[in-house]
Amino acid sequence: MIDLTVNGATTRIDIDPATPLLYVLRDDLGLHAAKFGCGLGQCGACTVLVDDKPVFSCLLPVGAIGTRKVTTVEGLGTAAKPGDVQCAFLHEQAAQCGYCIPGMMARAEALLRTTVTPTEDELRTAMAPSLCRCGTHMRILRAVRRAAVMRGGGVVDAAEPVT
Amino acid sequence: MTRSGITRRVISAVAALCVCVVVFAIIAYRPAIATVMRPDPRVFEPALVAQGANVARLGNCVSCHQSAGGRPYAGGYPVKTPFGTIYGSNITPDPATGIGAWSSAAFRRAMREGVGRDGSHLYPAFPYTHYANVTDGDLSALYAFLMTRPAVRSVPPANTMIPPLGFRPLLAGWKLLFFRQEPITTYPRQSTAWNRGRYIGETLAHCTACHSPRGLLQQEKRGAQAYDGGWSGGWYAPPINAHSPAVRAWTVERLEAYLRTGLSTAHAAAAGPMGSVTYNLARAAPADVRALATYYAWRMRDAPAARFARPLPDRRALASQRHPDGARLYEGACAVCHEPGAAMMVAGRPALPLGTPLHEDNPRDTIQIILKGLLPPVSPRGPYMPAFADALDDRQVSEIVAYLQMRHGTGPAWTDLERDVAKARKEGE
Amino acid sequence: MSGEASRRDVLGGLLVAFSLAPAAALAQTGGGEGSGGPPTIAPDLPGTLAKFPDLDAWIRIAPDGRVTVFTGKVELGTGVKTAMAQLAADELDVAIERIDLITADTGLTPNEGVTAGSQTLEQSGTAIANAAANVRLLLAEAAATQWSVPVTSLFTRDGAVLDGQGKRATYAELAASTSLAVRARADVPRKRRAARRLIGRAIPRVDLPAKLTGLPSYVHDMRLPGMMHARVLRGPSSGTQLTPDIAALRRQPGVARVVQAGRFAAIVGPREWPLEQALRIASRARWVRDPAVPTLPPMPAGLLTMRRESQVIDNRRDDPGARGVQRLSARYDRPYLMHGAIGPSCAVALFAEDRLTVWTHSQGVEPLRQAIAELLAIPADRVRCVHREGAGCYGHNGADDVAGDAALIARAMPGVPVRLQWSREQEHGWEPLGPAMLAQVDATLDASGRIVDWRHQVWSNTHSTRPVAAGDLLAGAEIIPPFKPTPPKPIPQPNGGGDRNAIPLYRFPNQTIVSHFLPDMPVRVSALRGLGAHLNIFALESFMDELATAAGRDPVAFRLAHLDDPRATAVIRRAAARFGWARYRATPNRGRGFAFARYKNHGAYCAVALDVEHIPDEGRLIVHRAVAAVDSGEAVNPDGIRNQVEGGIVQSLSWTAFEAAGHDGTRRTDYDWSTYPILRFADVPRSVTVEVVDRPGTPFLGTGECAQGPTAAALANALASATGKRLRSMPLTGRLPTQA
Ligand code: FES
Ligand code: FES
Repeated sequence: MIDLTVNGATTRIDIDPATPLLYVLRDDLGLHAAKFGCGLGQCGACTVLVDDKPVFSCLLPVGAIGTRKVTTVEGLGTAAKPGDVQCAFLHEQAAQCGYCIPGMMARAEALLRTTVTPTEDELRTAMAPSLCRCGTHMRILRAVRRAAVMRGGGVVDAAEPVT
Repeated sequence: MTRSGITRRVISAVAALCVCVVVFAIIAYRPAIATVMRPDPRVFEPALVAQGANVARLGNCVSCHQSAGGRPYAGGYPVKTPFGTIYGSNITPDPATGIGAWSSAAFRRAMREGVGRDGSHLYPAFPYTHYANVTDGDLSALYAFLMTRPAVRSVPPANTMIPPLGFRPLLAGWKLLFFRQEPITTYPRQSTAWNRGRYIGETLAHCTACHSPRGLLQQEKRGAQAYDGGWSGGWYAPPINAHSPAVRAWTVERLEAYLRTGLSTAHAAAAGPMGSVTYNLARAAPADVRALATYYAWRMRDAPAARFARPLPDRRALASQRHPDGARLYEGACAVCHEPGAAMMVAGRPALPLGTPLHEDNPRDTIQIILKGLLPPVSPRGPYMPAFADALDDRQVSEIVAYLQMRHGTGPAWTDLERDVAKARKEGE
Repeated sequence: MSGEASRRDVLGGLLVAFSLAPAAALAQTGGGEGSGGPPTIAPDLPGTLAKFPDLDAWIRIAPDGRVTVFTGKVELGTGVKTAMAQLAADELDVAIERIDLITADTGLTPNEGVTAGSQTLEQSGTAIANAAANVRLLLAEAAATQWSVPVTSLFTRDGAVLDGQGKRATYAELAASTSLAVRARADVPRKRRAARRLIGRAIPRVDLPAKLTGLPSYVHDMRLPGMMHARVLRGPSSGTQLTPDIAALRRQPGVARVVQAGRFAAIVGPREWPLEQALRIASRARWVRDPAVPTLPPMPAGLLTMRRESQVIDNRRDDPGARGVQRLSARYDRPYLMHGAIGPSCAVALFAEDRLTVWTHSQGVEPLRQAIAELLAIPADRVRCVHREGAGCYGHNGADDVAGDAALIARAMPGVPVRLQWSREQEHGWEPLGPAMLAQVDATLDASGRIVDWRHQVWSNTHSTRPVAAGDLLAGAEIIPPFKPTPPKPIPQPNGGGDRNAIPLYRFPNQTIVSHFLPDMPVRVSALRGLGAHLNIFALESFMDELATAAGRDPVAFRLAHLDDPRATAVIRRAAARFGWARYRATPNRGRGFAFARYKNHGAYCAVALDVEHIPDEGRLIVHRAVAAVDSGEAVNPDGIRNQVEGGIVQSLSWTAFEAAGHDGTRRTDYDWSTYPILRFADVPRSVTVEVVDRPGTPFLGTGECAQGPTAAALANALASATGKRLRSMPLTGRLPTQA
């Protein structure tokens, strides 16, 4: 039996502790924001926050989480009441197919929890582990810059200004 | 003791000190060399520039003289030493912030003697102890190469040395103690490639800078201890002599492939600081890389793996029983790539137990690669491993490491793993 | 908007357009890739209305006033759902929130063939807009009859017909007594521009709130009661065969069932993770090379040695006597490219009561249904294919194959919904690749620096092996007896496949365009965004720069001098102006590049200008600025267009600069993102600007693929200006000098 705290709620699940968190989120908890992309830690589609850190949930055995708190994109806000990172992504219409976007938002959230005034290079470096095939990168960057401003900061040497 | 006796003693002590200071000042003093106009890049022969490019690649110059995401040779990479952090300088030909105003004589003196154009002593993090023996031809070529780089205006961060080490004349003392110029002689009984490899490895490539142990004052240990394994950026650089812990022989071919591609299918991928070495060697003259491989394969000719291929142990059941947590973590986090049947394995990437880290006498490299992962060293296409530093805590990493060593290791049992993980995290930051 | 204004607009619109031929109704319809479906039965109707002329095929109104709109096209991440909802809501005069859109479902929607070739708005959008205009008029007429007033005295607002004097009837009320099962009329006008509330506006995507908050949105997210998961067992790449130890797999924990049919094998179980573990164990098994697959000659030269069927697709001799003074030739090529969707292919299938339902992210539910019916040997009317979104596919990837796989598994387990997801490695190893291509261009300049003769030849495999029969699915070739794949054939002009955009839009007095179709396929290939346009425009537009240099002309001026299409020149001028082309000053290692094309010569016009720096010593490039101008005809959603073009630029930079699928001669060698790397954030441009040139009242022009070719050529041109070195082989970065 494993006690798992996701988005503030603790659930007890009966599962092989080696199971990567991603499968638990998607198949047991019905949380679909984190996506399966590669299962190899190469694409970031499965990224969630574990105690404020961005983590590939496809490679995190659920038994390793312990008392750490997991936050998925569902925990950032809802369609009716989106959180600020989600608002920023909606404002910029930062998605094409959208498959990579929850992972991007989780990564953005992690960055902004560390600093709301990253440099453009820090922003791009922080996002680097996540892949997007649709080429939505420019909008994703714009959205994170906007979210930084919404949190009272901003990207220091932004390549494009937030308007 | 009489009063005058005391006075005399004080006086002579002070006098002795003054003499010392003066002598030291004379020893330490180096005049500035006058600035020059930045040479017109067009005056350098393209062939000389090309030779210089190769020299720079072999010397791995860019690793210290480029910051993450910065321009090549513009400096800014932090070199961490026990005495503080030294930032690689800007060696682009920008006259104000780089070396554009340096004459070739000033450049030569810096390379050979570790003295800047303005006469200040350079920290031996800049490996002039090796460059002292670089040939005149190679130095001229390197100068020509650097002077034809795009000039970048950039000032790296200031060094943060613990006092009094920020006082550079002290470095003259260090040089007095440890800086020996022993010319590289030719060994006629060895092949041309071997001699060439030795020249490159001992001078430009400065391999001992990482692969030899260092003394209290960071001096490289020489003689029998040369190439006996050392430390770099929080990573362990394993012995590359008869004590090489590799489980498969480093033949010339394997070593050459490793140095040129960042991957040896009989060993593993180049990780940590070795990654950028292979990045540069991949772009150096192939014959020179082969020469290096020739020389270092020879240096490892008496290593255990050179004589017989050790069987690769797989004590899976035992390891799972001893380290059940490690086994579970491995199953969920590592097996997807490293167990037989994983695509990477099917495609012929080296199996985990072939990697030297598991056979080293300390766990540092195994720990670092789990914490930091691995970026493709040579080109975007290449071995990759995600970093686990954010996903797993110190205990969990140590459990995986313990499991792996129990399962595949051949060296002495590692202890105190959790502490080492914490240390690795800190040192690698 | 005030009632008065809206009344005047609406009534005016109705009156005017009844007497005049409605220009907007003359929308284009394509052919070849992206078309398909049943034959045209009402040629006077625009878009796919010509094939399904009855209004209730497209629009239905429920008693609660909600409007359901049906389209046979699918959402691929391009925002067409939003564009369709905009069109329907605006033309009908209802709030967009009241529109429910049903996309491609063989049980519900018109058969619109495959969603591809940037033709969704041209075909389906045109149909829906015109159907909506028809429905609105029909309801207004019903009210007019009821109230015994002329229809021109009425107007519509927010889902109701009004007479302006206080009478009001909702669409729901009117629809209750009005049949929509009537044929659309060709003469019904679309709304006038001034009266539009939604068309032409940057309406936010209707699907994003769900996707951005984790609500189930993709076929991957489907969880049906009693559903089982499945994994299919295959060798490491296309062209290999695996011989798994089936008995051992049956004993594997978590494996409830092994489904086998000939060489096809899959494992099924209640949980995903144990299946992943079992899949890994299965993959230890021996695999052999498929003897049926021919070896691949070294590329790209190998393309010239393959069997070919050559065809002159364009030949013009307007000025045979023109005197050339300078002749240039060059060869351009690209390697095999992956689609590389971020989510691996996935499908859910349920076989119950002798009927099969497959939820799929295929781009063509109708042809897929035929192929699956044949695969399972059941009548097509017992198969229903329902589209559910997947990750952006950019062409024919594993979507159809995985649906075929899931269908086979589901049939073996009646009553149990089966969800099959490919592994990353399977996606990399098995999805059909975008074909490798080679083009040779020769041209002659006269003494005044004008091109007087142009010859373009292109060598390519087919650009579509989209399934139309069981043999086109991977599983079809694995079951016993195996099905044969449909023989490939070229896609004819004006769309073209390998020769797409091989015919220049420029006015050259003499030109010959030859398409060399290569029928033998050592590598399984199929449609990738833009098909042949990527390489042909790369070649054409790189060569235009080479010729401009030879003629001593500015590349932009040189292009304008050879164009007589005012929309083309407008787009070029707009991009050049926004980029600051004339003011640009090159600095060492940094240069500008320009390129232009009209996609397929009848889709969107797109011009791209890039400001690129080459870092010697690293062979790396930095795209400082990308500026594009695009004319998509009438812009339904300008932000949607911008999003497509921005994404197209970034994706094309990735293809052109970095990508090449690996092959060792006998099989493919890529299995993950480390072996097939794509662009990451570190390498994306510092800024991308897209200007939309709106042309209200003109037909929609396909936009989704228009940036791929121009971006590729603009990059090569910019690198030539930055480094002095002309690169003609993709990927370009591998060929950059590492030392200046
Ligand atoms: S699915 Fe986890 S990184 Fe790709
Ligand atoms: S939006 Fe499609 S993968 Fe990023």
